[in-house]
Amino acid sequence: MVPFAGWEMPVQYEGVIPEHRAVRADAGVFDVSHMGELEVEGPTARDLLQATLSNDIDRLAPGEAQYTLVTNDAGGILDDVIVYRLDEHRYLIVANASNAAVVHDWLKEHELRGSDVRDVSEEYALLAVQGPRALERLGLAPAQAFTWVMDEIDGVEVMVNRTGYTGEEGVELACMVDDAVELWDAVLARGVVPCGLGARDTLRLEVCYPLHGNDIGPQWDAISSGLGWACALDTEFTGVETLRRVKADGPVQKLVPFVMTDKAIPRQGMAIQGGGEVTSGTMSPVLGLGIGLGYVPAATAKTGTELVIDVRGKPRHAQVSKKPLYAKERT
Amino acid sequence: MSASESYPDDLLYHPEHDWARIDGDEATLGVTWYAQDALGELVHYEAPDVGATVTKDASYGEVESVKAVSDLISPLSGEVLEVNQQVVDAPETVNEDPYGAGWLIRIRMTSPDERMELLSLDDYRKALEAG
Repeated sequence: MVPFAGWEMPVQYEGVIPEHRAVRADAGVFDVSHMGELEVEGPTARDLLQATLSNDIDRLAPGEAQYTLVTNDAGGILDDVIVYRLDEHRYLIVANASNAAVVHDWLKEHELRGSDVRDVSEEYALLAVQGPRALERLGLAPAQAFTWVMDEIDGVEVMVNRTGYTGEEGVELACMVDDAVELWDAVLARGVVPCGLGARDTLRLEVCYPLHGNDIGPQWDAISSGLGWACALDTEFTGVETLRRVKADGPVQKLVPFVMTDKAIPRQGMAIQGGGEVTSGTMSPVLGLGIGLGYVPAATAKTGTELVIDVRGKPRHAQVSKKPLYAKERT
Repeated sequence: MSASESYPDDLLYHPEHDWARIDGDEATLGVTWYAQDALGELVHYEAPDVGATVTKDASYGEVESVKAVSDLISPLSGEVLEVNQQVVDAPETVNEDPYGAGWLIRIRMTSPDERMELLSLDDYRKALEAG
């Protein structure tokens, strides 16, 4: 167990590599109850979220979910979140644990007459069940990604969200905190493998999902971070002017995925020759290669460009790659 | 597939969880069961070059698990005669067999008397228990 954003979290149960493989081949479960949940409610809830979140909230119907960013005045990323539209005037935001308070305070600051923001993190537990057999093992009907329904698993009432952070099909199950242990036991009884933070990190990195605090943050604008697709630049939100300008001029630096061509494992903080930095790195359990994300000057951000990474004093070669680094059809 | 906990009695130990098997003026070096267990499944072995000099109590290479990097501390000084290519190719060999197929380097000792400073099995076990 390790301390993580004020929580005690397991890095691994059986081991990072077997857990990682279980999620790629079958199904694994992560206790992500540390994530923050905020409810935004009221007739002007939509206006508040449209003004503070990068994506277009009007594209979100009840029963749907959306990946979006909480941006600051410079277009930097305060957090990346998923917004679920619960009904006409009520939204649930799932934020990163360490940012829940920041997002809460930021929304509170921008609160409008007729919208109410509440931190409900203490009320919910969240289990992510991920993998090609996740839905089947839970007895859930297939559903489109980024949708949610209320359902029940072995007697526990759950909000079933077709979202995740592994690149696999799967769900994130929100339940009342008092039901969490019962739900966890029910999921394990269905043959799902318990997984820790370690596998969560290797899985998300193989599919190039950025981690806030490593790869994205307030110091980098969303366009440079490669998240322009989550920014509706035709809407008005905090920082949009900067983002429009960066988009028009082209970013100076870009976040890129890369694969090591030398035998070495990149790690967060390592320098990339020519002015760049590794923001996340690991050994891909499926590819058997060092992989990572990092910022490089735009001129060296093209797929196929060779990078040289300073691995504790030794120059090691890597190549800028396409997202995702791992895709089912390639293996 | 990890080996079960063991510490052979024909080895000399270094408190940084390294072992040495001495044969004449040569020694084979590796890490103990405790070290591989603490690191988890190894995925990379950064080995020294053959011919390089290793110094007692100093790092001669690194092993990495998915999450962590660990220096390899040499229990003895010498010159590298051989690197275990099997571990370079399949680092998990160390987890499976830390004292056999998972050896790391073979050296020719330059200060054979240094062995006097290493721990016996009993002393290493005491060091482990003392944490």
